[in-house]
Amino acid sequence: MKKIHLLLICIFFSFIFIVLYLSLQNSKIYDTENLVGKKITESELNLFGKDGTFNTKEISNYQFTLLNFWASWCGPCRKEHKNLLRLSKNENLKIIGVNFKDNEYNARQFLQEMGNPFYILTEDSKGKKSVNFGVYGIPETILVNSELIILKKYIGPLSSKDVNEISKLIKK
Amino acid sequence: MLGELGIIFVSIALLISLALIYFSFNEVKNSSNLIPKKIYKFSLLQLIFSLLSFVALLAGYVFSDFSIINVYENSHTTKPLFYKISGTWGNHEGSLLLWINILVLFSSLFLFINKNKNKNFKIFTLLFQNLLIVIFFIFLLTNSNPFSTIYPIPNEGMGLNPILQDPALAIHPPLLYIGFVGSSIYFSAALSALVSKIDAKSLATSIKPWILVSWFFQTVGILVGSIWAYYELGWGGYWFWDPVENSSLMPWFVMTALLHSVLVLERKIGLYSWVIVLSILTFTMSVAGTFLVRSGILNSVHTFANDPSRGLFILTFLILMVFSSIFIFFKHAPTENKNYRILSKEFFILINNWFMIFFLAVVLIGTLYPIFLDTLTGTKISVGPPYYNFILAPFLIPLLFLMTSGPKHKWISSEIKKFINIVLFLSIFLFLITFFIVKENSLLLNLILFFSIYLIIQTLFDLYDGLKSRSINLSRIISHLGFGLLIFFIFINHIFSQESNFNLRVGETKETDNYVIKFENLEKFSDSNYKSIIGHFKISNKKKLFKENLKPEIRIYNKPMTVTYEASINSGFFSDTYLTMSNISDSDIFNIKFQKKPFMNFIWLSVLLVSLGGLINFFNRKNSI
Repeated sequence: MKKIHLLLICIFFSFIFIVLYLSLQNSKIYDTENLVGKKITESELNLFGKDGTFNTKEISNYQFTLLNFWASWCGPCRKEHKNLLRLSKNENLKIIGVNFKDNEYNARQFLQEMGNPFYILTEDSKGKKSVNFGVYGIPETILVNSELIILKKYIGPLSSKDVNEISKLIKK
Repeated sequence: MLGELGIIFVSIALLISLALIYFSFNEVKNSSNLIPKKIYKFSLLQLIFSLLSFVALLAGYVFSDFSIINVYENSHTTKPLFYKISGTWGNHEGSLLLWINILVLFSSLFLFINKNKNKNFKIFTLLFQNLLIVIFFIFLLTNSNPFSTIYPIPNEGMGLNPILQDPALAIHPPLLYIGFVGSSIYFSAALSALVSKIDAKSLATSIKPWILVSWFFQTVGILVGSIWAYYELGWGGYWFWDPVENSSLMPWFVMTALLHSVLVLERKIGLYSWVIVLSILTFTMSVAGTFLVRSGILNSVHTFANDPSRGLFILTFLILMVFSSIFIFFKHAPTENKNYRILSKEFFILINNWFMIFFLAVVLIGTLYPIFLDTLTGTKISVGPPYYNFILAPFLIPLLFLMTSGPKHKWISSEIKKFINIVLFLSIFLFLITFFIVKENSLLLNLILFFSIYLIIQTLFDLYDGLKSRSINLSRIISHLGFGLLIFFIFINHIFSQESNFNLRVGETKETDNYVIKFENLEKFSDSNYKSIIGHFKISNKKKLFKENLKPEIRIYNKPMTVTYEASINSGFFSDTYLTMSNISDSDIFNIKFQKKPFMNFIWLSVLLVSLGGLINFFNRKNSI
């Protein structure tokens, strides 16, 4: 009787520990690094402040596209803005902004004050569409080529080092 | 410099711990009845060096020694001194060092203070405790070294997460640590009791004060965390059934069960094995909670930078700990007769224990289920408050009833108590009054309300009787009264809370059902580590002529760059007025969240009463609970 108890308890704990171990291996669920090299999910985004939509398929029209998720309420977005402006001077790179869970008026003021680096500006006021791109916090930036393949993902504000890296990648 | 010094202190403390294991192992075979002086000396030295290592890290923070990576990553010269100090444990490595210090502190205190005459019991406790200490020292040195240095030395640090720059949160981790790391000592003592086969009474008296201490700190730690969530997170709630909150609540349930069953053990009525199982389970739940929080399999405000190797280490430790405990338990478990008289005090305590274990199971399943489902099937779900409220709330009714009637019964004797008495009538009367005021329709909520009133009235009568007859069990009365009040005020708060969300510009006024909110003006403010925008609001009640001024803030911290929303809370005696504003940028529209929360202070005070009961018992050991 005692042995059966012992056995059952050991099996029970072993099961729990095996699952916990597996989940530990799995814990990259919040890391979207694995999206690099994959095709971007097709998604339709509303244009910012006007009627009409932007389909991610249209990205194939441009040599390189940088998708940038930002909001006026986000401090780090302010910090990376000058780097986006620098990047917007590249001929073969189009920056498409996704205004994330923001208030339209605030966003407009933000761009008026800081400058507008976006070739096309879209909005995701509820933050639901951004999930398709693996975005779970902002700022986040995704570099995509004309075949809609994700070349690079940047989580957090773009640094000047990132700017150099992007400039190199798009020169090839 | 401080970094190297810290490593030296840690290494010496580790060597002393190893020596203590060696000495105690040898001492077991020795037939002498006295613990040799060198063990006391080494234990004291171990405590001194381990404290010195903590002081070294603390000094690193206070003097902003950025040659230590840990200080560089989590501090900044412009941070107020208070937050420099609390930064020491506001990160994984530093908190691990604090964790070890508490293990060592409890190890030494137990050795020096515990009056148990059984030498082997003390020696084995020291042995098990030092095994834990050594494992954690190795973890610290190999994986999470707080003293790693960098060169060249940076001029400035990266700053502490501003959400952690809060007085309540600065003291929250040490309190909780004393609570659940403190439970390690009765874990060690329980294993040691099995091996050294000490009798029930001496086991009970040896572990009871430690259970009370850890339970008290755990309760206060949870309270402070909850107050922090209420003030800082800006959602207006105080308990969210977040997996991390659950991790602190799970050991609390087991501690509470243990606190009660140790009373039965003390009177040699039984529950020897059960007390041992609970002691092992408390520390196991604490380590399991640490695993969930630190491994990164949960995402929350408590997750420090992710590193899977940490999770693996804690999991390996947990596995070793659980299986060796099971092994020791089955090898040495004593047989005891299990026949408890129905309706005796110990019978009610046993039922209390099953309630606690049930609550533990519910919370544990709610916390682990999403992880298991995700790992096994890839489905992501989240278990939220409705699950907990739905399952736990109905069980509050019998629990409250047991807390009312259980303590009135006698030890080892069955008797049926008359419960139709003045207390019952008074409770029904007060319930009816409350019922007509709150007009709540749900039967479940009304039953909870009634039984909480019944518990409050009964304990107040017990208090009166106790004072009259001069044999009073103050700690039980205070804790149970606190719990009754807690449930009562949570209920009232739940029913009368009001909330409204709207947008406002400066100068505009918003009218809700009962209140008028005027956004008067906006002020800019700057401090050394942040800039802020402060809104000035005037709230007035439509019926009565009262006015309140509230100033919610939006803070932009510079190191690291983060925006936090500081709620403005006007804490009145009966009710809190709670206001947050968000959505800055250069627009003049703000999103305002206005809440009226009655009896918040009473909720905090009730929890304080609950914990106070434990403290009274600790200082008044002659009395029984």
